Amino acid sequence: MSPSAETVIEARGLTRRFGDVLAVDGLDLAVERGEIFGCLGPNGSGKSTLMRMLLGLLAPSEGTARVLGREIPRDVEALRPAVGYMTQRFSLYEDLDVRENLEFAAEIFGLARRRRRERLAQALARYGLERYARTRAAALSGGWKQRLALAVATIHEPELLVLDEPTAGVDPQSRRAFWEQLFELAGAGTTILVSTHYMDEAVRCHRLCILRDGRRAAVGTPSALRRPLAGRVLDLEVERPEQAIAVLAGSPLIASRTQLGDTVHVLLRPGAPAASQAAVQLAQFLAEQGLPGARARPSAPDLEDVFVALLLGERLDAEAAP
Amino acid sequence: MTWLQRLQGALQRTLAVARKEFRQLARDRLTLGFIVGIPSLQLILFGYAINLDVRHVPTAVLDRAQSALSRQILGELEATQTFRMTRAARDEADAFRLLQSNEVGAVVLIPADFDRHLQRGRGAELSILADASNPTVATAVAAAGQGFERWLAERFQPFATGAETAALRRVPADRRTLGPVPELVRPRAIRIEVLPLYNPERRTPVFIVPGLVGVILTMTMMLMTALAIVRERERGTFEFLIATPVRRSEVMVGKILPYLVVGHVQVALVLGLGRLLFDVPLHGSPLDLGLGALPFLAAMLALGLVISAAARTQFQATQMAFFFFLPSMLLSGFMFPFEAMPRPAQWIGEFLPLTHFLRVVRGILMKGAPIEALRAEVAAIVAFLFAALLLAIASFRKRLA
Repeated sequence: MSPSAETVIEARGLTRRFGDVLAVDGLDLAVERGEIFGCLGPNGSGKSTLMRMLLGLLAPSEGTARVLGREIPRDVEALRPAVGYMTQRFSLYEDLDVRENLEFAAEIFGLARRRRRERLAQALARYGLERYARTRAAALSGGWKQRLALAVATIHEPELLVLDEPTAGVDPQSRRAFWEQLFELAGAGTTILVSTHYMDEAVRCHRLCILRDGRRAAVGTPSALRRPLAGRVLDLEVERPEQAIAVLAGSPLIASRTQLGDTVHVLLRPGAPAASQAAVQLAQFLAEQGLPGARARPSAPDLEDVFVALLLGERLDAEAAP
Repeated sequence: MTWLQRLQGALQRTLAVARKEFRQLARDRLTLGFIVGIPSLQLILFGYAINLDVRHVPTAVLDRAQSALSRQILGELEATQTFRMTRAARDEADAFRLLQSNEVGAVVLIPADFDRHLQRGRGAELSILADASNPTVATAVAAAGQGFERWLAERFQPFATGAETAALRRVPADRRTLGPVPELVRPRAIRIEVLPLYNPERRTPVFIVPGLVGVILTMTMMLMTALAIVRERERGTFEFLIATPVRRSEVMVGKILPYLVVGHVQVALVLGLGRLLFDVPLHGSPLDLGLGALPFLAAMLALGLVISAAARTQFQATQMAFFFFLPSMLLSGFMFPFEAMPRPAQWIGEFLPLTHFLRVVRGILMKGAPIEALRAEVAAIVAFLFAALLLAIASFRKRLA
């Protein structure tokens, strides 16, 4: 195993058991320097366990991992000054104020006095936290807590930033601002490993690993993951979408259907005719079942479709395991 | 990196943890209340409730002599404050009935021929029956009886033998100096005199309050740190903390430091209140006391950290702290005299830091001993401190689950 100079995280066969439960199962992974690498998966798919293993907070049951060239968990202490971590649950001191939390992190990460002062001022300015500097963390709203957590996780300018569902429970505007910060950090050379279950966030990652039951279901850029599904997605406009959903269960062409307001989003089975042809057939099928006037048009696949296809056992991995 | 830089880094991280802990403590009103409330409450409870001085034992009298002398003797007995003559018994059977029904704790019997025997120098007999179903009362009655016997002998012997009474001035009660007293030197008998030093009035608070300092510190200090790590776990801040470069030893020492200050505040509080409420004198130097308290405080805090590493919840941590607290209280010599405990209990007691700290704190406060005189006890506490600290560091894992 000889990781290239630019490989920041390399995992082979990483496995973690909790009793009889396999939380992470033989995971292979390679994350390159400077990319935003996303872990997408439902709750319980092993995202947090994976991150905790890579941070040395949980020992792997099997497998090996190297992070920034260091063997995990053996050399994890030497790694810590170069890594920032934002936990899923807010894990800063609620009885300390914003400034004190930042100061504590700066001290504990070993920043010298002068650099501490600089970084503290930068962090307060960059994340707009100046007016909350003397506010206890407990009194901050979700979005501001999240900003503080990111400010603390980056106070020591880490090479690698690990973010475990950082935007859970945060309003869309704050999430947008948060992702802008992430792109800025990545632009400055920080490697970011981020987990999420929001599809709109996942598409913003440079590359993605979709996790299912602790296994790697697929890895690739968001567009590479969607590519195999091109020509298999339709949007149906119907009068009564609720009924159409029920009726469409009887069609052999369809792998899955989702109601989106007054349209029904359809993923065709792998062997079905091309989308334009299938559109005509489906409109006809609906008319026969008493739902006339449906208009179908081909649509672009999204990550949701990728997810569904993976769930149905299709193989979409855009990249071979490292 | 040079060793100096490394040391600087370790110091910076340790102080960061200590400062953080101190800030959290200062903002936690409930805990602050405990720090002041527990010692005050305990001091008042123990100071007023535990009183080992037996005084005013209800006593029945069966005076068959009915003479001026017998009445004088009864008056003197009552003046010792151990006895309070509450009943006159008709006969022996009546006296026993009073003892059995718990109406009296002692009976004084003066026979009819008491005066005559005394005047003839034959050795008059006066009996005091004590209810020994309560050993504390019995011991007190016996002690008072013996003291009274001496007084009686001094007073009436010359009367019986015809010797001069001028040489029989009594020893001043509050005598603290050692050495022979010329007027008491007599040619005829060996004389053993017991001089109660350091607590001449044998008041219980004088003895209890210094010990209470140790007991209170054991409980509060251990709980403070026992909850410290568990609380981080429960609040989720543990995961943040262990993902930083902070070392295990730095977390441990950083968590101990603020509570050393708290501990000294508690010592001052208990002793201050003890002086105010119970007039407990403080001999010895406050500096020595502070120095002597330091390793003990640290040892209890380190032990709390050991508990903290083993406990999953704050409830478990509290339970474990009490598991250690009870034997400390019972086997250290706080509740029962250490010398009176059976050997195996003493062996266990020697392993408890409180045992040694009680000797230190009583030594300094009651006897005015300098700390150098107590170095063996301090050394035992320091040994316990290092063992507990190493165990705490070893059992602390920078891991989840």
